[in-house]
Amino acid sequence: MRILETEHLTREFGGVIAVNDVDFHVEKGLVTGLIGPNGAGKTTLFNQITGVDKPTSGRIIFDGRDITGLPAWKISRLGIARTFQNIRLYKELTVVENVMMGLHFKVGSDPFRHRFQQAVKSYIFASRENREVYRRAMEWLSFFEMEEHAQDFAGSLPYGKQRELEIARALAAEPKLLFLDEPAAGMNPSETAHLMQVVAKIRQLGVTVVLIEHDMKLVMNICDSITVLNFGVKIAEGTPNEIKHDKGVIEAYLGREEEDE
Amino acid sequence: MLNFFQLILIYAGIYALMAIGQNCITGYTGMLSLCHAGFFCIGSYATAIMCKTFGLSFWLSLPVAAIATGLVGLLIGIPTLRLKGDYLCIATLGLGEIIRNIATNVNPVGYNSIPRASLFGYQFASRNKLAFIVLIWVFVLIFYILFQQLAHSRIGRAMIAVREDEVAAQSNGINVTKYKISSFVLGAAMGGIAGCMQTAYTLTVQPGSYTFMVSVMVLCTVVLGGMGNGKAVILGAFIIQFISYLPQLTGLTNVIPAQAKQMIYGLLLVVMMLWRPQGILGRDRFRYGDPRTRREKIAAFFRREGRNAEGGAV
Repeated sequence: MRILETEHLTREFGGVIAVNDVDFHVEKGLVTGLIGPNGAGKTTLFNQITGVDKPTSGRIIFDGRDITGLPAWKISRLGIARTFQNIRLYKELTVVENVMMGLHFKVGSDPFRHRFQQAVKSYIFASRENREVYRRAMEWLSFFEMEEHAQDFAGSLPYGKQRELEIARALAAEPKLLFLDEPAAGMNPSETAHLMQVVAKIRQLGVTVVLIEHDMKLVMNICDSITVLNFGVKIAEGTPNEIKHDKGVIEAYLGREEEDE
Repeated sequence: MLNFFQLILIYAGIYALMAIGQNCITGYTGMLSLCHAGFFCIGSYATAIMCKTFGLSFWLSLPVAAIATGLVGLLIGIPTLRLKGDYLCIATLGLGEIIRNIATNVNPVGYNSIPRASLFGYQFASRNKLAFIVLIWVFVLIFYILFQQLAHSRIGRAMIAVREDEVAAQSNGINVTKYKISSFVLGAAMGGIAGCMQTAYTLTVQPGSYTFMVSVMVLCTVVLGGMGNGKAVILGAFIIQFISYLPQLTGLTNVIPAQAKQMIYGLLLVVMMLWRPQGILGRDRFRYGDPRTRREKIAAFFRREGRNAEGGAV
């Protein structure tokens, strides 16, 4: 079953077509990789889907619902969470506070109650609500084995931990679909190995994961399906094994062989 | 001398009210706004008009002033809050001046002999400064508590998220626009309440007293004390007012020109930016994760006090 589909998704920046007529789809429950050389439009595609940026044309269907052009905060409430290529943590807040922000619409936001009523309730019973949010944030931190860092400033964490914290914050919102934008960028091999375990654990939770990554070892190991972009165009999709042997993909990465032999 | 101390207390209270609002806008939500003079002006005029023209009591015109200012804040906020940083600063600066100019052109003389505020038959006369000090500081205390509660609630957390990183806040499901506008409206309403207090004290309203300098002083108060810290803002209000009355306090009104205070504010801001950009007290750190309920915390606080007292006796 497809949890996410884009139809003829296009994004132009002036004369540059960053994403060109892409039909990208994600199967529910699997880990999908999105790869391609630098500037292929991977992050742009992520930004369109998560509402950070709006597509020029095309449609995005999530869970049977057209989400094209919805604001980012609404999309995240529908169940799409993400991390960013250049880590966007609340650096001057503590680790646990960061995860608490991820719980913003999980605690103290009841869709059946009027918004104003809700705000007044959150205001009056703030300390009870804070305890509940804190408890749930700590649960997520223990899932990531980061409880001992709970009261540290997010900005003071080592790089690998910051990436994991961003995943923890995104996951706290209990999304159906999680986008990871280059989660292993700048990580050392042991951190990358840990990240692979984390992604496997997330998958066990029943969360569908989509990740952009340049670390081919990681991608080939954990992805069930891979989509390749080049110059904004989808050039291939399939299982890791199919992608490894795809002629177009090899050309995109290494260039065309001279055919004069 | 005592007279000036009382004046400092009164004006520190009025500025503390405004600074609580400015802190909500700048300290928590991170929007650099410079139009508190405008909100102050609207609050004062609303009170003057309500008390004098419509004959309402002070206590009824207080919420009217707050709501009127909040509505103006909403009108200003919807178009300007799309801007960021310096641009927002310039836009709000202009709007503050527009409000003052409208006030000047509509009624250049202002309002005089506005009826006094009264409570249970007691009349608040301007010469009885002590009564005003109590009145204003009771309000400061009430709004301090209300805004502290706000800062430590889900709403306050969302505001802080907006200040720290708007893009990340959005992807955490926080409606950035909604929180920016709410925070701006609440902050504006505090300006209105401060204006109301000012009118009740001076019983006159003149458009000349709501210059750009007021906005700068309010911003100074917040930056000096510490952005995003309720207590710091009140401390800042004291310091700013103390500097403002320095010539009178030292009895050097003939030597120190009135403009000197503007130079001192400027110097102070530069010094603060260089050595302590987070303000005197810095940011308020709310420790999440204390499993005790509020009642237990209050009990613990008093137990500690009690122990100290006993220790002193022994």
